[in-house]
Amino acid sequence: MIFGKFKILHSHGWQYIPNLDNVTLTEEFRGFPLLTVTDDKSDIERAAAICPTKAITTSPLTLDMGKCLFCGECQRCAPKNIRFTNEHRLAATRREDLVVMAGQTKPCFTKDAVRPEIAKYFGQTLQLREVSAGGDASVEMELNATGNVNFDFGRYGVGFTASPRHADGLVLTGPISANMAEALDICYNSIAEPKILVVCGSEAISGGLYADSPAIDRTFLDKYHVDLWLPGAPTHPLCFIDGITKLRK
Amino acid sequence: MEMFYVTNNTASAVAIADIPVVDYVALYNDLKERMNDPRYHVGHYFATEVENGLRFYMILLDDQTGEVLITSFVPDYYAEGLASLTAVHQQFHPFEREIFELYGVPFDNHPWLKPLRFSHDRRDKTSTMDSYPFYVIEGEELHEVNVGPIHAGIIEPGAFRFICDGEQVLHLEIALGYQHRGVESEMIRNGNRLRQTLIAESIAGDTAVGHTTAYAELVEKLAGKDIGDDLKRERLVAIELERIAMHLADTGALATDIGFQLYQVACEALRTVTINTTQAWCGNRFGKSLIRPLGSNFPLTEAKIETIRTNMADVRRRYNEVREDILEAQTLLARFEQCGLVSKDEMQRIGGVGQVARASGLKRDLRATHPSGFYAEEFSHEPILRTDGDVMSRLATRMDEVLQSIDYIHQVLANYKPSTTIEAPDYDASLMPEALSFSLVEGWRGEICHVALTDKEGAIAKYKVKDPSVHNWLGLAIAVRSEGISDFPINNKSFNLSYCGHDL
Repeated sequence: MIFGKFKILHSHGWQYIPNLDNVTLTEEFRGFPLLTVTDDKSDIERAAAICPTKAITTSPLTLDMGKCLFCGECQRCAPKNIRFTNEHRLAATRREDLVVMAGQTKPCFTKDAVRPEIAKYFGQTLQLREVSAGGDASVEMELNATGNVNFDFGRYGVGFTASPRHADGLVLTGPISANMAEALDICYNSIAEPKILVVCGSEAISGGLYADSPAIDRTFLDKYHVDLWLPGAPTHPLCFIDGITKLRK
Repeated sequence: MEMFYVTNNTASAVAIADIPVVDYVALYNDLKERMNDPRYHVGHYFATEVENGLRFYMILLDDQTGEVLITSFVPDYYAEGLASLTAVHQQFHPFEREIFELYGVPFDNHPWLKPLRFSHDRRDKTSTMDSYPFYVIEGEELHEVNVGPIHAGIIEPGAFRFICDGEQVLHLEIALGYQHRGVESEMIRNGNRLRQTLIAESIAGDTAVGHTTAYAELVEKLAGKDIGDDLKRERLVAIELERIAMHLADTGALATDIGFQLYQVACEALRTVTINTTQAWCGNRFGKSLIRPLGSNFPLTEAKIETIRTNMADVRRRYNEVREDILEAQTLLARFEQCGLVSKDEMQRIGGVGQVARASGLKRDLRATHPSGFYAEEFSHEPILRTDGDVMSRLATRMDEVLQSIDYIHQVLANYKPSTTIEAPDYDASLMPEALSFSLVEGWRGEICHVALTDKEGAIAKYKVKDPSVHNWLGLAIAVRSEGISDFPINNKSFNLSYCGHDL
């Protein structure tokens, strides 16, 4: 019996990623998009028309990562105008920074917008309460993965806690279903100040495919200050780790 | 007139005019007898608004012949309520509850006529999440434990109410609906089929491949086009990768809940390898963007085939070491064996599907009984069955299915060369007008069923989704009866049902 366990350990080896800042994802991964203006607008107009979340504007050419589900279909319509890179560090401190402009070469993280008390209080340790409000379980699984044996974000003092009373902040996922709106509000208000609010996943940021659905209620986001926006469908664990790390520095 | 239109899971869409409109009393009497035979179960049952009232559609599955039986009825507007089928066959309960919730149709003698998911278009807006009518047992020695909607982990919301006698659970009631986003109404908001595809991917993010395959097959039936063997083969690889990844996740989660860290971390790492394989194929760890109607944006290349083969061989070897050790781990077996029993009869009664039904000895597996795609080609699938119906059986079924799925992937990729026939997706193909199209796909949780009705122009005018969780949530409630409440987590993990897939 004990030999079986040794065998598992031996095959398992060392799984953690030594340096989380130094990872390049597979070429296929669709992260930060590069936008290029061309004289011929017919391709990009087709791409904007088919985009399910209306994330693209053509004049001026922009792509809102807070709406984008990274399906890549626009790149197929307009390969000269849009190219998704495998850059996963997409975090933003201001909602408007998620709107990518033509010619922009990297994501925009505005350090000045970070409240100074965040580094002071949460630089050493940060415990978060996650609330899924209509999330499709993929973002939730990726958040779970941040603490797994590969990413092991816990080594930097960041983890998820069961009770909001023990938490330093809330991570919201999902477009905020109306049936969950009250519970979300109660949970957020159960967390003691000072606290942070992180909005994780494009569906949470903009409502995504459900932005116009009568079954969602997004008034929560009108009421409270958001410290970090993390796009993706779902948000990659490394995007979450990168964003939280920058926020705490 | 015949009671049913008889078809199967590979035939094209059905003209609505060909579907019989029967008398409800006659149908009720037929089903009262018919459903005693375990070869039949209900695949879908819903109502839709037509001129002057409602038309009800029902889809039955015959596991013995592979036939799919479709019927409909239009009750008289002024008629009294309909006799409840749930009263005689409990597997109808979620469907009758949904129809009641949406349209106010009363079902006489329904034993549990409660709201299903508090959808935004429900008939009675005064009925809200907060007013869910939980079952109550009076008694000085009893106490209630209320859990949720927000749970302790990073997990979706749902309200669980236990009635306990000491540590023992007498009754568990699960109230869902917190995750309701309006999937079915958003599906028909406009005719953008890329948007519909992405909505299908978001029905349950952990079953993105399963639900999107169901959407794609449904559209392909309406378009009347065959997608070719190569694409079917690649879709089989995709859905089996999803099954492997989720079964690995559940093995790890079950180990976590009994504090068995070795298996937990080993399975976490193996799941990472598996979903990163999917990511290397299509750019997304959950297989979003991989399945598209009538084509694919990611036909397999030589290098990708090799990556899948190598990684799956590695996962198989390492996971088998974990599996063999689990089967001998006494502390684990002491917790999992004879815990959370659901008998085969009970599973059949509630209409259980997927691997939890197979763990109780009920042979429900669409890959064998109603195959579509590559499963319907020269491919034979033998479902893995266990008979104990406890937590351990549900784990053991998963463990064997991981190995089986990996073997299937190796089998269909053996000698496979990158395809020259797979086309780009087609979001504009014209669809058969005034038709009903359904798809049945065995996702990792079990039977996924999508149904669409098209209008005169061939646009999808009605879309219905059924995640296997709709059948199986009641199974979890039954499993924990008479167990200690502290065994709830392992029972919950052994089912691992979807909240968003249920709530839509």
